[in-house]
Amino acid sequence: MIRFEPRPPASVSRMLGVSLAAAVAALVLAAIPMLFAGLSVFQAYGLMVKGAFGSLFAFTEMLTRATPLILTGLAAAVAFRAKLWNIGAEGQLYAGALAAVAVGTGAIAAPTFILIPIVVVAGALAGGLLMLGPTLLKTRLGVDEVVTTLLLNFIVLLFVQMMLEGPMQDPMGMGWPQSEPILDEAALPKLLDRMRIHWGLVLALAASLGVYFLLKRTVWGFEIRAVGENAAAARHAGIPVTATFIRVGLLSGALAGLAGVGEVAGLKGYLTADLSPGFGYSGIVVAMLAGLSPIGVVFAALFIASIFVGADSMSRATGVSNYLADLIVAMALLCVLVSGLFLRFKVKFITAPSAKETGR
Amino acid sequence: MIEIIDILFSANFWAAALRIATPLIFGVIGALICERAGVLNLGIEGIFTAGAMAGWMAVWLGAGLWGGVLVAAFAGAVFGLIHAILTVPLGLSQHVSGIGVTLFATSLSYFIYRTALPDVSSPPRIDAFQPLDIPVLSELPFIGPALFQQTPLTFLALFLVLATAYVLYRTPLGLAIQAVGDNPAAVESQGLSVYAIRMGTVVAGSAIMALGGAFLTMSAFDAFFFGMVNGRGWICIALTVFASWRPGKALIGALLFGAFDAFQVRLQTEVGSFIPGQVFLMMPYILSIAALIVVARRADYPRALLVPYFKGQR
Repeated sequence: MIRFEPRPPASVSRMLGVSLAAAVAALVLAAIPMLFAGLSVFQAYGLMVKGAFGSLFAFTEMLTRATPLILTGLAAAVAFRAKLWNIGAEGQLYAGALAAVAVGTGAIAAPTFILIPIVVVAGALAGGLLMLGPTLLKTRLGVDEVVTTLLLNFIVLLFVQMMLEGPMQDPMGMGWPQSEPILDEAALPKLLDRMRIHWGLVLALAASLGVYFLLKRTVWGFEIRAVGENAAAARHAGIPVTATFIRVGLLSGALAGLAGVGEVAGLKGYLTADLSPGFGYSGIVVAMLAGLSPIGVVFAALFIASIFVGADSMSRATGVSNYLADLIVAMALLCVLVSGLFLRFKVKFITAPSAKETGR
Repeated sequence: MIEIIDILFSANFWAAALRIATPLIFGVIGALICERAGVLNLGIEGIFTAGAMAGWMAVWLGAGLWGGVLVAAFAGAVFGLIHAILTVPLGLSQHVSGIGVTLFATSLSYFIYRTALPDVSSPPRIDAFQPLDIPVLSELPFIGPALFQQTPLTFLALFLVLATAYVLYRTPLGLAIQAVGDNPAAVESQGLSVYAIRMGTVVAGSAIMALGGAFLTMSAFDAFFFGMVNGRGWICIALTVFASWRPGKALIGALLFGAFDAFQVRLQTEVGSFIPGQVFLMMPYILSIAALIVVARRADYPRALLVPYFKGQR
């Protein structure tokens, strides 16, 4: 018989231990599909490490991949803190990217130091406004936000395809469904010559610090945490629960929107309907691995990004499908859920019920 | 206007509506019984994918069609068991566990498919289920072509609606399932195990969901494609709320949905040149959100939905 006994709030070191244990468990479990695919496990991991850290280029590619993951991870973390289940970061990312393209491809002519902020704000606004709908449906009508945000992902992606085949298609694009290129004045500058790494990373790190400060040091942050722990008690204590949900929804959507801005204005330079290979969904894994801590999100995103970049490179070398990366990431989520138990509970193995219990 | 009426009165149209509704019927019935027992199963999208892939692959490897259906149900049950263990005895977040199961089942299905078939350009086909064409009945006017020229899995779906309604409302097991979703402590005080009932229901519900996926690769199409489930699972979760957790209403909801989808496909051929195709493709998702909004005020959620139960808890 197993029993769970509640524990006092966990220390940072124990939270770190849980996340590390989950990451290691996912990597160990990944050996099973690797063997199934006929890979030598050590060789495969060797190739993955080399692919993500083996050269300056590999390392910057990993950081480039981590950039949107930090932002979608923050989007999930801040929403889940308030128990607002925003599963729509994928759609909000595309909304942000679409807005960035709408203002950054020639609609507005301005020098760089004006145009970049406009592009960034437009993307954040679009993502935030997209999340406003499900948030209001939740607070006003009690419609479950999980389902509405999930369904919106599909609607937004179809809307993006519609725009890219219609009004926003690049007339010089040989008929491909892609947007006009982002103007040079609107593009986020590269951080290093001849590498793809861009200022989106700095933006993502700043966002992580900003969210940390918001949650730790401000009244709004306190309210977010209180609503997440017990919305009924928070309302009773006079905390504006509805307003808090709306703020969290706007912030969470805006963060996911920023991820879209980074991908078009920093990395690709134009918008296509395959901009994101599921950054929105991976962001949920990042947030959970980070224990919903905004600083932890950065490290969790680096971990998930190295799995993706490493598996891509391993896949090219061995011919084994890179769906292996998605599989490892999914297993990491399940592992971190289970290991999270050890944070909240002491797990006790009991052989027979004690006298105290049978006496009840 | 005349054309619209023509469409609504054609047997072909209703045959298509029932065909589109079939995977949704499986999905809603599966989701409904899980939620009746107090467990939201967001693993559904991945379980659909796993059922679609496993059923198809079993047949492709030489199993019979019904063997494939069993394999699909078994795959669904396995992922259901994972969700059940995480959410029932361990009491973890049903939202996050469900998303985790969806990511896991989807990526595992894709990985196995890609590993088994590393370099195929077009997906291999199987001999899928054919319409039954029941003698006499299928020659009835209107009803014949609409109802009796479907594949066997559609009849299985309709049978499951009846069976679920019967079990839920007319058997002690059904009462116990409803009770663990409303008031688990009362069930425990009757000497029944809340864990066993909840876990068993989630496993059974997940097996049923997987049949919806199997219908896609073994009946609607004859091959497996990446992304073929395309949000159908999430639509089922919305339809479950729309159906107020009742099997009969679930059938009506799925049929309405199928009818609307079949209608817009026909409408598209009429006005497709004026309106971009994506608008039509968006409709199922928009309709699902609309369905949620319509019933929001009077949605009567099972009272213990999302609430974990720990033994001996008062």
